[in-house]
Amino acid sequence: MSLFAIPRRDLIVLALFSLVVLAMPIWLQPLGAAYPALMQKFVISAVFAIGFNILFGLTGYLSFGHAAFLGVGSYTAVWSFKLLTMDALPAMVFAVIVSGLFALIIGYLCLRRSGIYFSILTLAFAQMCYNLAYSVLTPITNGETSLQLTLSDPRVIDSALAPRGAGLPSAGLFGHAFSGLEGFYFCAVVLIIAFFVAQKIFSSPFGMMLRAIKSNQTRMNYTGFNTRPYALTAFVISGMYAGLAGALFAITDPLAGTERMQWTASGEVVLMTILGGVGTLVGPVIGAWLIEYFENIFSAFNEQILHRVFSWVPEGAQDFVVTIVSKFVGEGWQLTLGLLFMLVVIFMPGGVMEGVRRIVSLFNRPQRRDPGAMRVQPAE
Amino acid sequence: MAEATRNIVLHVSDVHKRFGGLHALSDIDLEVEEGKTHAIIGPNGAGKSTLLNVIVGRLAPTSGAVVFDGQVLTGRKPHQINQLGVARVFQTPEIFPDLTVLQNVMAPAFAKRDGAFRINIVRALDRETEIREEAEAILDDVGLIDRRDSHAGALSRGDKRRMELAMCLIQHPRLLLLDEPTAGMSRHDTNTTIDLLKKIKARGMTKVIIEHDMHVVFSLADKISVLSGGRIIAEGLPDDVRNSPKVQEAYLGGAHRLEAH
Ligand SMILES: Nc1ncnc2c1ncn2[C@@H]1O[C@H](COP(=O)(O)OP(=O)(O)O)[C@@H](O)[C@H]1O
Ligand SMILES: [Mg+2]
Repeated sequence: MSLFAIPRRDLIVLALFSLVVLAMPIWLQPLGAAYPALMQKFVISAVFAIGFNILFGLTGYLSFGHAAFLGVGSYTAVWSFKLLTMDALPAMVFAVIVSGLFALIIGYLCLRRSGIYFSILTLAFAQMCYNLAYSVLTPITNGETSLQLTLSDPRVIDSALAPRGAGLPSAGLFGHAFSGLEGFYFCAVVLIIAFFVAQKIFSSPFGMMLRAIKSNQTRMNYTGFNTRPYALTAFVISGMYAGLAGALFAITDPLAGTERMQWTASGEVVLMTILGGVGTLVGPVIGAWLIEYFENIFSAFNEQILHRVFSWVPEGAQDFVVTIVSKFVGEGWQLTLGLLFMLVVIFMPGGVMEGVRRIVSLFNRPQRRDPGAMRVQPAE
Repeated sequence: MAEATRNIVLHVSDVHKRFGGLHALSDIDLEVEEGKTHAIIGPNGAGKSTLLNVIVGRLAPTSGAVVFDGQVLTGRKPHQINQLGVARVFQTPEIFPDLTVLQNVMAPAFAKRDGAFRINIVRALDRETEIREEAEAILDDVGLIDRRDSHAGALSRGDKRRMELAMCLIQHPRLLLLDEPTAGMSRHDTNTTIDLLKKIKARGMTKVIIEHDMHVVFSLADKISVLSGGRIIAEGLPDDVRNSPKVQEAYLGGAHRLEAH
């Protein structure tokens, strides 16, 4: 069936990607990041970044307001928990629909402009949403205190099916509440599906149209395409991805606060995408993981850990090295991230993925001269 | 009696275009017959590109109207005009530099097949065999099949033009507008392009061509309009225009210019 059929190369990438995601608890262990809560963050940010890249990477429209859709998704999911059921699926469906509607309205208005004006408009709308969540909309968002579950929530579907437990419930699937690594695996499966859908979009004629819009919008128009609905569709799809990510955040921790909608969160997904590689499928995922790693692990490094890391350095020099390095870890993690970002943008404008491509072509070049070598080295 | 069967497919009537104080086009009346090649010649700045811009909806005329096949084009958006069957090769190539040559030629075929907007996600691009095969055939016609997987942005200026022509041809437009299609091409490529354009003509495609190269004009045109200072100063069969003293004087600046090629 062509709905599920994808080119062979994409199938290999999908299989490898699934393997890497599902094996996170293993390969993140030596990196000190294999906690469920952190791995969930890795996975959810990846969903957010993949969706963002469908707009920015394919059409070239740079949105500075995508955190608004993330927030809308979280609020919707928590309301679904409060009113209906703790089941993750309806929460996700509602979150995707509502954030899609928001994206439709905001996208329709912002896409009347392009370039920097578009970016500023999205930023303005996102800040508006943020401020509304804080002020007028507090009955819905619970303002500063964040929207949370309470014992008095109706949860009509759950209550009808089973007697209420004593404490606050947690999210789950078909009456089974997530515990341990289950929440992570649930999010991981959602990420793999989200990645598959992105692959379909990238390899489809629709994806090519979006790339063509980025490449030359004038030519698109004189070729008979109405570019506005194409860009709007990409905007709505990426808004839905953001809403889905917001719902996943709520599923792993049933709480929705305004800070999720802040402009810094919008900026972060831009960084993730650029760092990993704009317009590539895997790049934004790598960017998301790098940034989450910096934010959560690097920022926790202190002098004791550094002394352990540099224990091989002779005593006197060790203090010196640790003093220097400590400026770049712990609270200085943003400094390191900033430097890394600058280096990447200056020397590898295509992000980490460009680095990967360069390395691969380095290995490929001698192969072309000597066909015999090709058989020795298996395709990666 | 032949008059009765003449089918005017493009009708430009009384078009004026002003840019501030500049009268870029004045009193333009143009009739293009179905299946014919109508050349527009004239010195730089005469208003030739402006006229094409008015036809395809890039510019709104200050007054006047353009009618194509019974439909008023004036006031329509560029993509709507294209969907009616009008395609254009630009003076400076308008292509998709970030896509491959093959993709550049496939994209317009989707506009023709699926209309101005369709979300087409289910089938992968490389399963669109029909469109791909047609794109490859047209690339073969224009002599770019060897470059099918190259980045279009990396092509030479002449190759970009030929690719842009292929992008128009795959749509089988009823009216093809060409703004200096051989500028920047070698003699050899120019001749290939002339042959190609003759071949399309045999298929009955109507063309309006702007061209400086008189060799190209006289080998293709059924009718020539001479534009100068935003006005049509002469119009007629190639031989009449060639021999018109008025044209010689106003534009061609003496017979030797005509014999130059
Ligand atoms: N968009 C525009 N704005 C202002 N002036 C223009 C514009 N387009 C063309 N012109 C002017 O109109 C005149 C005709 O230009 P054009 O149609 O490009 O000439 P041609 O194609 O015959 O060389 C020129 O004087 C040009 O400077
Ligand atoms: Mg011109």
